[in-house]
Amino acid sequence: MAKINAALIGSGNIGTDLMYKALRSEWIRPVWMVGIDAASDGLAKAREHGLKTTADGVEGLLPHLARDGVRIAFDATSAYVHPENARKLQSRGVVVIDLTPAAIGPYCVPPVNLSAHVGAREMNVNMVSCGGQATIPIVAAVSRVQPVDYAEIVATVSSRSAGPGTRKNIDEFTRTTSSGIEKVGGARRGKAIIILNPAEPPLIMRDTVHCLTATEPDQKRITESLHAMIREVQKYVPGYVLKNGPVFDGKRISVYLEVAGLGDYLPKYAGNLDIMTASALRTAEMIAQEISSGRFQPSAA
Amino acid sequence: MRGCLYPETTMDLSGKKVTLHDMCLRDGMHPKRHQISIEQMIAIASGLDAAGVSLIEVTHGDGLGGASVTYGFPMNTDEEYLRAVVPRMKRAKISALLIPGIGTVDHLRLAHDCGVGTLRVATHCTEADVSEQHIGLARKLGLDTVGFLMMAHMLDPERLVQQAKLMEGFGANCIYCTDSAGYMLPDDVTARITALRGALLPETEIGFHGHHNLAMGIANSLAAIEAGANRIDGSAAGLGAGAGNTPLEVFAAVCDRMGIVTGVDVFKLADVAEDLVTPIMDTPIRIDRDALILGYAGVYSSFLLFAKRAASKYGVRSADILVELGRMKTVGGQEDMIEDLALNMARARKAG
Repeated sequence: MAKINAALIGSGNIGTDLMYKALRSEWIRPVWMVGIDAASDGLAKAREHGLKTTADGVEGLLPHLARDGVRIAFDATSAYVHPENARKLQSRGVVVIDLTPAAIGPYCVPPVNLSAHVGAREMNVNMVSCGGQATIPIVAAVSRVQPVDYAEIVATVSSRSAGPGTRKNIDEFTRTTSSGIEKVGGARRGKAIIILNPAEPPLIMRDTVHCLTATEPDQKRITESLHAMIREVQKYVPGYVLKNGPVFDGKRISVYLEVAGLGDYLPKYAGNLDIMTASALRTAEMIAQEISSGRFQPSAA
Repeated sequence: MRGCLYPETTMDLSGKKVTLHDMCLRDGMHPKRHQISIEQMIAIASGLDAAGVSLIEVTHGDGLGGASVTYGFPMNTDEEYLRAVVPRMKRAKISALLIPGIGTVDHLRLAHDCGVGTLRVATHCTEADVSEQHIGLARKLGLDTVGFLMMAHMLDPERLVQQAKLMEGFGANCIYCTDSAGYMLPDDVTARITALRGALLPETEIGFHGHHNLAMGIANSLAAIEAGANRIDGSAAGLGAGAGNTPLEVFAAVCDRMGIVTGVDVFKLADVAEDLVTPIMDTPIRIDRDALILGYAGVYSSFLLFAKRAASKYGVRSADILVELGRMKTVGGQEDMIEDLALNMARARKAG
């Protein structure tokens, strides 16, 4: 089946890393990269790989959408500009995958609820947060076995991999991730903690997930469910590794994870950024399969 | 130039005015595993107030919003503690700690609503830029706003100044050099406080928060005052993480002897420490082997009890866990690494 053409909005680290992953996709063909700085490294890299580029923001892309058959766009800009980008693109029949914290559309964590969103023909899905992508599958793996009263995650990332956007609004991470733990992970209450560690050489992203179950945990079924879920995530993030656990302590279940990236454009330690781009691409590929098969015809809202 | 017969070794701090800030109801929550009752909070805070301590911190040990599996669930919520203690203060103001990444501006607004007068926003010493929202809002709400640079031994004075200036720029009217690991020696404190005093606005206050892991709490606090600090953290009976904070009643006594003006009644404060704080200790606050290693290896003081618990659960040495946490350059808040690390160490021992 034919690949579906896609545009990358944002020429920063995330957009550029996503481009490298998309260039290898069997379902997605990246054709445009949109930036706001003509001198950005991301735009130069995009041109090197044969993408068309504009430094005029989304406005620079709009006149070309139809001719270049762009059906999917990744927005890796910021929560402030996403709503306007999304409005312009969706009104022209482009499905938008939102990597910003704006979260206009429903949260998407591929191994947990991507097929449901694709089935619902969503025109805009949000990728939660890096910590959310790494930990919500684990919460869901427990909550699909038995009710989880409370789930808490600690995401530890190297200082180098936390950009100025994250730093300026670190509460956004806490709020969005907590909410995703509840809405997608299925915990009755969620809490998220983020730690930045400046050690050199930079540490690989670490994630700890604690679940408190309502009743005594079924250790065998939870363990099986966790391992199955980790295999699902590893399909698109090979560096997603269970370091320790599950540890069972009364009604507490703890899982210790490490997330290494592929090192496409971002360094390998930045698993937090890699899991965002990989999850976004995974999402786009599944949407692309639906479009390509004719089951989904994105249309203007 | 003076001759060698009269070396300049005399510290003359007579007449300096210093604000003492008590930590036993916040940092002291760590050794109490966050299980201080409302009644104990009220009794101790009231005693400190009557003794003339003008600032008292009350929150979960890991600050507002610290209630968690990772750090421990407290006996009562931050809100319950604050609503109980704040209205009972006659002279003292209550402060709250907030660590961005753990607590949010929602917690800050709550603390403000509870009547907190001082908000201290804490980040690792290299990560001040995550505090912009919180410091900005605290200042906007009219709070005494403190930027609290933790684990400050891990950063040289020049770069510490850069981080302090960020916080000052966001709106902090006071900047702390925080020796979270109790690692610093007096010269380390002098170098950092001198650099801060030289670079920050003259109206910006400077504070020092010590831990007593190498028994340097008093000496370091004096060095800080000599170099220009005017706020000093300590804790009645030393109740705090690791080997505790600078014991506040001892420091107040030393200040009296040196003519430093604190406004604190040493006898009354000693009574609070002896009669109210010491009796609630689960174990004596002292420099045991593990606490010594915190100070010696530069490890975040609140890791202490977590390392002890993981050690007994997994049959490894707590001292080995702490040394490894230091080698890994862990920072405040990484308590979740301790069970993970203990599991690795237990597995390696089995394999070996």
